[in-house]
Amino acid sequence: MNSLWAVTWATLVKDVRLEWRSKDALNSMLFFSLLVVVIFVFSFDPLAEESRHIVGGLVWIAFLFAAVVALNQTWARELRNQVLDAYRVSPAPATGLFIAKAVGNFIFVCVLEALMTPLFVIFYNLHVLGPAWQLVPIALLGTWALVVNGTFFAAMSLRTRNREIMLPLLLFPVSIPAVIGMVAGTTAILTGEDSAHFYLVLLLTYDVVFTTACLALFRTILHAE
Amino acid sequence: MKKIFPILPALSAILLIYASYQALKVAPTDALQGDVYRIIYYHVPSAWTAFLLFLINFVASITYLVWRNDKSDVLALVSAEVGVVFCTIVLVTGPIWARPVWGIWWAPGDIRLTSTLVLWLIYVSYLVLRKFSTSAQTQVMAAALAVFGALDVPLVYFSIWFFRTQHPQPVIGGGGSMDPRMLHTLLVSWLAFLLFAFLVCWSRYRLELLKRGVERAEAMESLVGAGAAATTSLPLGRSPR
Amino acid sequence: MWDSACASPSPVIETPVQSPILVSDVVKQFGRFAALRGVSAEFDAAKFHAILGDNGAGKTTLLRALAGLAQPTQGSITIFGSAPQDASRHIGYMAHPSLLYDEMSGIENLRYFARLYEIAGDERCRNVIAAVGLDPELTRPVGQYSQGMRQRMSLARAILHDPDLLLLDEPFSNVDVHSARAMVGLLKGMRDAGKTIFVVTHQAILLEGIADEFVWMQEGRIVDRTASAAQPARPQGKLL
Repeated sequence: MNSLWAVTWATLVKDVRLEWRSKDALNSMLFFSLLVVVIFVFSFDPLAEESRHIVGGLVWIAFLFAAVVALNQTWARELRNQVLDAYRVSPAPATGLFIAKAVGNFIFVCVLEALMTPLFVIFYNLHVLGPAWQLVPIALLGTWALVVNGTFFAAMSLRTRNREIMLPLLLFPVSIPAVIGMVAGTTAILTGEDSAHFYLVLLLTYDVVFTTACLALFRTILHAE
Repeated sequence: MKKIFPILPALSAILLIYASYQALKVAPTDALQGDVYRIIYYHVPSAWTAFLLFLINFVASITYLVWRNDKSDVLALVSAEVGVVFCTIVLVTGPIWARPVWGIWWAPGDIRLTSTLVLWLIYVSYLVLRKFSTSAQTQVMAAALAVFGALDVPLVYFSIWFFRTQHPQPVIGGGGSMDPRMLHTLLVSWLAFLLFAFLVCWSRYRLELLKRGVERAEAMESLVGAGAAATTSLPLGRSPR
Repeated sequence: MWDSACASPSPVIETPVQSPILVSDVVKQFGRFAALRGVSAEFDAAKFHAILGDNGAGKTTLLRALAGLAQPTQGSITIFGSAPQDASRHIGYMAHPSLLYDEMSGIENLRYFARLYEIAGDERCRNVIAAVGLDPELTRPVGQYSQGMRQRMSLARAILHDPDLLLLDEPFSNVDVHSARAMVGLLKGMRDAGKTIFVVTHQAILLEGIADEFVWMQEGRIVDRTASAAQPARPQGKLL
């Protein structure tokens, strides 16, 4: 157990350091997210009342795209010089690598969301009618739902042709219940018409089920050469 | 087992014709919907068959992950392929029926239609993964994806079920008791579809096994001019010739 | 500059008995091509095995199968009594690519890999870098190393956890003759300390008199095992 955390922590620190040195993903992702928001602003120009009903969907579509681009970068640096093989020949647990990557992506996507959300609020003149604090657990659980499966499927798509297009093809169908939870939950809170409790439970269930599945199957996927 | 194979196509053809006769001629016309309802004799049996095949895919995938036997993997592949075909029939016939009866092609909140669509998407992505994989262990990845898909199904159902309770829905007829002749026709149709699905799966299964055998033989032959299967290469002084 | 005392520093893991490495009827198939077509062999522990053969003979695939990176389609491999993936603590693997992060310095790379092997502290990392003749204080990222330096750093990564079985894929390619001889000396020292070594190479001549045996591969099979690097007398021999 001790070794699992040591490995996870070392991998996470290593990834952050590499990202900091190259800043590949960070810069392109920030700009990409900004573009997505701006495009949406030009595409939909609703009244304040309408916007409460549609922004839940828009926000999550934007996050979904941003997350997919981020997730595609995850394993790219492990492919250069085939460094992934160095991990695979070591006795370090595969789950350590997975947790480090998933947590790294989670932090990364959360930062992007934190930067994009104010833009949506400004451009759409949002005023939340429901309990606004519930947006935080919805966002955290929803992001984890996207990221945990995304990290797993990105690892899977390493061994396919058209690696970058493969990820959304694998990720989106399985993510549909989570997307329903995020979008409907966000809309419920924005409009204040319904309670978002069910969606929180749904997202939590989804997260628990798929985190378990990812941890159970990642070793198999990592070694499926 | 192989001896009964030639009988199966004939048998399933007869049964399919009989089922169609029952569905189009014998079964009574629905009092509310008229003749258009008869499409359920194709829609519902296809759905049941597709779900059964996806269940087989799930069991075979788990079996493969545990025992790593080639035959389970072939079974998983075949059931997914044929399942997707039947699922497509469901998704095409559903809206054809819904348009005259509900007045709309598609009800986004309808739990059966929507969860079937998600199921279809998952299994199409499963087949795409198998197609595009460059791994020598595609089977393992496909089996893992099948497990994810199966875990997703209850969540899809659950989420749409709740989604529906919050949104107005078209009134879906039925719920009452079915005419015994209708039920009989439905079951006959299902039997015919099942037999047909079994026939296709079996042919596909045998074909895939043969294909893999050929591939293996080809792999061992490629580069080598005359294939001499030297299983022991120790301590050979000379190359087999 | 090659510190031979560091060649085999205090072992991290003790293996009491070293049973041989067994390869039985291994086939590795990639779609319509089989890289290994029924390889069976028994390799003695604590010996230096050089694997030779043409491109596409299956040398790298055999090495990857021994490392547990490529799972055989058929057949089995036993390393010191267990499956390759369970023996990972005893295996050191050096591939043709460097298996290093280009953006980090040598010592930073090794520090990370040391965590994967539960090696605490910096001392071991510094020792292996010195052992391959590089300067542990070098802050340049590995991406800016010359090819020869990168190969040596890659070797340092492979021997970081003092493995009992060392698998090296083309360690001498693009390395100047002097460095290559020094690397060979280091490997010889490790063999003499009881390590088992496999080297895939095109430069068999470098290992003449040092390797205990030369394993000749052709078309996915082992076709010969000789004690000298001289090409075995075969009518259609086209090796090397």
